[in-house]
Amino acid sequence: MSNLMKTVAIAGAVTAALAAQTSTASAAGQVKCYGVALAGENDCKAGAGTTCAGSSTVDYQGNAWKLVDEGTCAAMDLPDDRMGSLEELDRDLPG
Amino acid sequence: MLDTPPKFPHLPAAPGVGYKPQHFGDITTDARPVEWLEIHAENYMGNGGRPLAQLRHLAENFAFSVHGVGLSIGGELPLDRAHLARLKHLCDWLQPASFSEHLAWSTHDAHFLNDLLPLPYTDATLTRVADHIDQVQDVLGRQMLLENPSSYLAFDESTYAETDFLDEVAKRTGCGLLLDVNNIFVSATNLKLDPHDYVDAFALHRVGEIHLGGHDEDEDDHGAPLLIDSHGREVADPVWALLDYTLERSGPRPLLVEWDANVPDWPVLADEATRAANALQKVAA
Amino acid sequence: MSVTQTKFHTALLDPDQPVPLGLSDGQGQPAGSRFAVYRNNVASSLTEALEISFPVIAKLIGAENFKAISGLFLRQHPPKVPMLSQYGDDMPAFLAGFKPLEHIKYLADTARLEQAMRVSYHAADAAPIDAHDLQALTPEDMATARFTFAPSALLVRSPWPIHGIWTFNMQDGAPKPPATAQSVLVLRPEFDPDLHLLSEPAAICMLALMAGETLSNANDAALNDDPEFDLATLLGLLLAHGAITQLKSGDTA
Repeated sequence: MSNLMKTVAIAGAVTAALAAQTSTASAAGQVKCYGVALAGENDCKAGAGTTCAGSSTVDYQGNAWKLVDEGTCAAMDLPDDRMGSLEELDRDLPG
Repeated sequence: MLDTPPKFPHLPAAPGVGYKPQHFGDITTDARPVEWLEIHAENYMGNGGRPLAQLRHLAENFAFSVHGVGLSIGGELPLDRAHLARLKHLCDWLQPASFSEHLAWSTHDAHFLNDLLPLPYTDATLTRVADHIDQVQDVLGRQMLLENPSSYLAFDESTYAETDFLDEVAKRTGCGLLLDVNNIFVSATNLKLDPHDYVDAFALHRVGEIHLGGHDEDEDDHGAPLLIDSHGREVADPVWALLDYTLERSGPRPLLVEWDANVPDWPVLADEATRAANALQKVAA
Repeated sequence: MSVTQTKFHTALLDPDQPVPLGLSDGQGQPAGSRFAVYRNNVASSLTEALEISFPVIAKLIGAENFKAISGLFLRQHPPKVPMLSQYGDDMPAFLAGFKPLEHIKYLADTARLEQAMRVSYHAADAAPIDAHDLQALTPEDMATARFTFAPSALLVRSPWPIHGIWTFNMQDGAPKPPATAQSVLVLRPEFDPDLHLLSEPAAICMLALMAGETLSNANDAALNDDPEFDLATLLGLLLAHGAITQLKSGDTA
């Protein structure tokens, strides 16, 4: 493709992308959309009770460790090998 | 918010609550009887997004208290300067009416343990805590309040009563005190002391804020009651009674209800705040 | 005897260590299980933070397994900063190297996607460009335009169907993930990050744009992968979600 054709193609894509834009709703009400917890939060409470989490550890090292309950992994039927055709993966995002 | 004087320079002697993002809608609609909000500083140290947008919005109508839970003021190692700088950044931006932290440690050897860990009350601890508070107050350019902890055990090496220790820290540094009445009840039960004696011995004239919260009941190896400062339910009746006892001696103070686990819908929290408002009403001048 | 914070810290994280001497119930009895209150607080509060930050991982391996793994993770990787919203950035690498789960090969990349979402959630706000600024350019300037993206815009690429895995676990009625590699673009138009599945050429184009390539070069890279690549679709997505925050044009470097 010549440079001119490329330039025309890019300009066409920009025009098409802009044409597809509808006037999007503004930011105003969004701050009120509460309750989304994507990360742990700090507080000054103590955990309930003296037992469990802190008082016991299991040897998780090595392959001897058994999974004690079943998650959704089993339901997904994904094969064991990596998939698709990605040749070079950039794993630097996000840090 | 930076270049204008603070809109709310003082916490009112009225009910406040620990702010939870899920209550944003209720609070902006009708917060009564809540007049001020407290945030845990470490939750507002991101670069942007909803947490800071909500604060910006709420700060128009509410006095704020910034309550740190991660500075490790009692730590044996020097204070984390980067963290102190984050606190300064937050306080400069939000211009809260109050900043407070805990008589506890939480960081050691570059590990943050996310718990308010206990301190022996010795001369060495006193010197260290006072030095750290001097540093905090210098950097923030404001007075801070120091909160009494919940205790589950005692150190044999302690030579000060906790009340004397806190008073001495305040004398040396000019800091104020944050009195957590639930923590008094929890510690007194756990260490088999009389909570009224604690209140009697406390430097109440230094108290800039009072905390209330719910606790859980457990027991130790010998079957003795062991209360856990869980902040996961209503404030217990004996703690409300201890609050009355305290307010009769201190007079009205900014009064915060903390509810951090199993956070209820707003009306339940507002009911607790109403109970706090009634307690304040009883001692109103 | 003095209970130093080093002793306290060591015993906190290792329940096999004895409770430090010099701690009591206040009445002369050794502290005993009272020390476990602190052990429990540290372990349970950090586990809770990890559960909130990695809900898909918890679902994939099961809640009990996730708790058990958190107990190990938090002892090997305690938080480095006091902000729990940042806790767990070592989790993808930890999962990648965790032998008992090495047969679930997509765990680490799924954790990277969850990590990207919370990074996006807390990222700095940035005003998007006005789409008309792009329209106003000459065709030549459009071709050589370079973009700066909002700090909340993040691309995660994987040889696993991470978008399908995420939706299968987080959205009611979502289909099983397809057996294919997927790239996901995380965008936060205002306050809530959305996930957008990108085709392979779109991901190549986005990667080039994020690296500061011109629109023309990024488009070429994508077309090289797939001659059918449609730049307008990607541009439309970026504009609609306010992902482009700066437009530089006019240079040909």
